[in-house]
Amino acid sequence: MNIPAVVMFLMFVAVTLVITRWAAGRVRSASDFYAAGGGITGTQNGLAIAGDYMSAASFLGISGLVFASGFDGILYSVGFLVGWPIVLFLIAERLRNLGRYTFADVVAYRLEAGPIRTLSAIGTLTVVAFYLIAQMVGAGKLIELLFGLPYLYAVMTVGALMVTYVATGGMVATTWVQIIKACLLLGGATFMAFMVLASFGFSLNAMFRAATDIHPDGLAILSPGKLVSDPISAISLGLALMFGTAGLPHILMRFFTVKDAKAARKSVFYATGLIGYFYILTFIIGFGAITLLMSDPAYFRAGPDGAYDPLTAMIGGTNMAAVHLSNAIGGSLFLGFISAVAFATILAVVAGLTLAGASAISHDLYASIFAKGRSSEATEVRISRISAVAIGIVAIFLGYVFENQNVAFMVGLAFAIAASCNFPVLLMSIVWGGTTTRGAVVGGFLGLVSAVTMVLLSPAVWVNTFGFPKALFPYDSPALFSMTIAFLGIYIVSKLDRSARAERERAAFEDQFVRSETGIGIGAASSH
Amino acid sequence: MIEKVKRDPEFYPVVRRRARLAWVLSAMTLAVYFGFILLVAFAPGLLGRPIGDGTMTIGIVAGVGTIILAVALTGFYVRRANSDFDAKIDGIVARAAS
Repeated sequence: MNIPAVVMFLMFVAVTLVITRWAAGRVRSASDFYAAGGGITGTQNGLAIAGDYMSAASFLGISGLVFASGFDGILYSVGFLVGWPIVLFLIAERLRNLGRYTFADVVAYRLEAGPIRTLSAIGTLTVVAFYLIAQMVGAGKLIELLFGLPYLYAVMTVGALMVTYVATGGMVATTWVQIIKACLLLGGATFMAFMVLASFGFSLNAMFRAATDIHPDGLAILSPGKLVSDPISAISLGLALMFGTAGLPHILMRFFTVKDAKAARKSVFYATGLIGYFYILTFIIGFGAITLLMSDPAYFRAGPDGAYDPLTAMIGGTNMAAVHLSNAIGGSLFLGFISAVAFATILAVVAGLTLAGASAISHDLYASIFAKGRSSEATEVRISRISAVAIGIVAIFLGYVFENQNVAFMVGLAFAIAASCNFPVLLMSIVWGGTTTRGAVVGGFLGLVSAVTMVLLSPAVWVNTFGFPKALFPYDSPALFSMTIAFLGIYIVSKLDRSARAERERAAFEDQFVRSETGIGIGAASSH
Repeated sequence: MIEKVKRDPEFYPVVRRRARLAWVLSAMTLAVYFGFILLVAFAPGLLGRPIGDGTMTIGIVAGVGTIILAVALTGFYVRRANSDFDAKIDGIVARAAS
């Protein structure tokens, strides 16, 4: 039992619960619940986006990858970051100008609500489900290791806290949990990287030299390794990472919390800067872990002769490199702090996911389709709160079921689906006037189904998870193919659509275009 | 009001210029990123070459450089859009509202 970790984690929980209580008193309308009343500033939203996006997977996973294979870790960092300029250039301001609470608002602006919101809700819930399972399993394992809490209790704690934040405090509480987490994570990572660099007199060359001397792969860790084997896989993975960001529902939702396009743009700039800075820190942390941990047997499971393989025998797996490094740098107190930060990191991400899922159920499925816009705001928000509780229960259940499964592919799958379903439908509906309901729905579903199918048949799942001898689809990342299918599907079916509805939808584009560029009528999100 | 904006002679030129900037910057981001990825796939040896007498390699500089460039491009676009373009758009909307 790590006492400092438990104390610091309880402090974090106490602070966030006080904030949630305060937020609950401020949530009066649907706009407050879904979008914090549009009252978040660009700077705050930039921090919150960073807090929503920087998962434990990117903190522990990427520093662990750098620890094990050096340069290859940077490939993921770069891929996760370059989606942000795309979000800014193509999506952010139009999203803010056209939507209110969910990205489906934007797509359904001139297309027919029924089919479009059904598609968007399915896209949202599928992405949320895979992302959430990966986070829950990761959280359970991490907490079991750091705090000694049994796996099931750990998963239940995470589930209970995220439901409390979302169901009682809505977007206001979620935003502040994400802001606090971003500050803690950036602060902790900065301190770690600073201490690593300080131990090499702030010479990067000295750090790299020490790392290549210690690491069994030597100089090879400073050049591309085995992660990228063939160009098709590399491009496909790159596309998923890049455009997946622009299709993640919990990220898109954050843009409705600011008052206008100006603030939306500003928040992407701050978020990109913070996330980029963070990824550079994880790189330094990974190399620091090589130099400070690899020759210290305390962090490895040694064989009877005292020998160990530094690449495979780390206690808790290589994902724990950053956590062990915190101990090597700042002793048990700093280890406790980083453990608590890792827990907080997971909580902020799963809260964002839960809110996105609950909004898809209450705003897209219930209010727009089931009640056809005749429900009251109060009922809609109540449905959203109930949905958050339901998502929490399902997440705990799935976290329990998948405990011993390999869930590493699920974050990649979530990105691939976001890039192949949500992103093409959203982008085409706002930039191409020819997009019709039929085209968007057919293309979106094709993208979704093809992405899921190809991942199921890929080497990572078909062979490594299901245990079949040979993969039916040769690549682990489907995005190159599934995105092409989605965009072609939307284009061709829209072109062939000769219905009267399609004519009306094409004719309505010009007005939508003017609104998306000027923000006329944008008051909608904060009118209460 | 929407009709008035459409008839404003400044409206289409301004949004077209902003859209062109956005697509050019997107294309640059794509080119730099996929250029980096393709170098990793086809020329790992080049990226593994050390710089000068140090141990730091071209690949590390290229990776970190891509991250910094992505941040710089977003900063450039936000500056342009939030000042020049927004001032013009605000003027057009104000004229349409009057």
